[in-house]
Amino acid sequence: MNLKKMRTVTIANLGRENQVFVHVLGICSTLAVTNDLRNTLVMCLGLIFTTGLSNLTISALRSWIPQRVRMMVTTLIIAAYVIIVDIVLKATAPDISRQLGPYVGLIITNCIIMGRAEAFALTNRPLLSLVDGITAGIGYSWVLMVIAFLRELMGSGTVWGIAVLGDWWVKWSIMVMAPGAFFMLALFVWVVKGRFLRDEGGAK
Amino acid sequence: MSGQGPGLFTIFFAAVFTGNILLTLYLGMCSFLAVSRQVRTAIGLGAAVVFVMTATSAINWLVYYYLLLPFDLDHLKYIVFIIVVAAFVQLVEMVIERVSEPLYQALGIFLPLITVNCAILGAALFMIIRHYSLAQSVVYGAGSGVGWLVAIVAMAGIRERLKNARIPRGLDGAGIALIIAGIMAMAFMGFAGMLGLN
Repeated sequence: MNLKKMRTVTIANLGRENQVFVHVLGICSTLAVTNDLRNTLVMCLGLIFTTGLSNLTISALRSWIPQRVRMMVTTLIIAAYVIIVDIVLKATAPDISRQLGPYVGLIITNCIIMGRAEAFALTNRPLLSLVDGITAGIGYSWVLMVIAFLRELMGSGTVWGIAVLGDWWVKWSIMVMAPGAFFMLALFVWVVKGRFLRDEGGAK
Repeated sequence: MSGQGPGLFTIFFAAVFTGNILLTLYLGMCSFLAVSRQVRTAIGLGAAVVFVMTATSAINWLVYYYLLLPFDLDHLKYIVFIIVVAAFVQLVEMVIERVSEPLYQALGIFLPLITVNCAILGAALFMIIRHYSLAQSVVYGAGSGVGWLVAIVAMAGIRERLKNARIPRGLDGAGIALIIAGIMAMAFMGFAGMLGLN
């Protein structure tokens, strides 16, 4: 019966309740790191790690966290995991760490993590919360990977740093710059909402 | 653009326009999308952000260079910065509530939102990465805040008009807001030539 719950949570997080294109959370990093597929993957792994474990921790501690200071406690738990991600990244992939710059630290204020902690981990069992955190992270990741793939392909003519489009391709430099990120995410939201989530009405 | 190089005015101008924290660095998007439906509330939140960002950049600068670096605690900066911001916001909320009722009505409800606004933490991290001095950091914080204010108020103005427009299905809400933000980002890119920055 627990497995069934986990499945429900997983399916919801990947699709119908997806944090990025349904709840429009975690947009900062969605836009900022998606101009390069490698950076995006690292960012996603960092986020999955942080959401999963912070959800687990918060859920395990939920009966000891006083109601009044719970935001503070949650933030501190999240920050602790982000520091781990930051240190590991600096040690193993210094180049990517430098390119991501402050966005690794900004995982702390990524609304997805705070949202999952508030909405899920404070009322559910640790194991289920862990699954919820990880799948919410994966839901975020697949959207980012799609956007990053398209932006890198169109903006630099490469995939994973390897040139796939020949010289005939005129690079859309706007795609790797700020406006391209906004347009790409808007198109993604449009396609997904218009095509696959039609029955929800889309009125918000 | 690091070191002692850029003057204060250049930093301010760059933070407001060419390097707008929202439109080129994508920070503070969540509240930007959520609270940009009305110009009045947008101004309120924007003003609160300007205030908190200016003050916390100064505090965070002092904490980082006089407390964290001497004790070699650089890796704790994320935790410390977020605590500083949260504590400052809480303090300001209490002071404003005591001192001025109308100001509390205008800004009070926005203050808790600011703690989780990534632009504040982002500004603090950027000022460390760019090695700004104290004066430069304060100016940078103020400039980023003003830039955020300009962007969210402009956005709210456009969205108020948009209520009467017919928007394709699926694009209403977040979708159209992102497209507007994209067009605004293109417009702000036009400022890049003005100071010879890139």
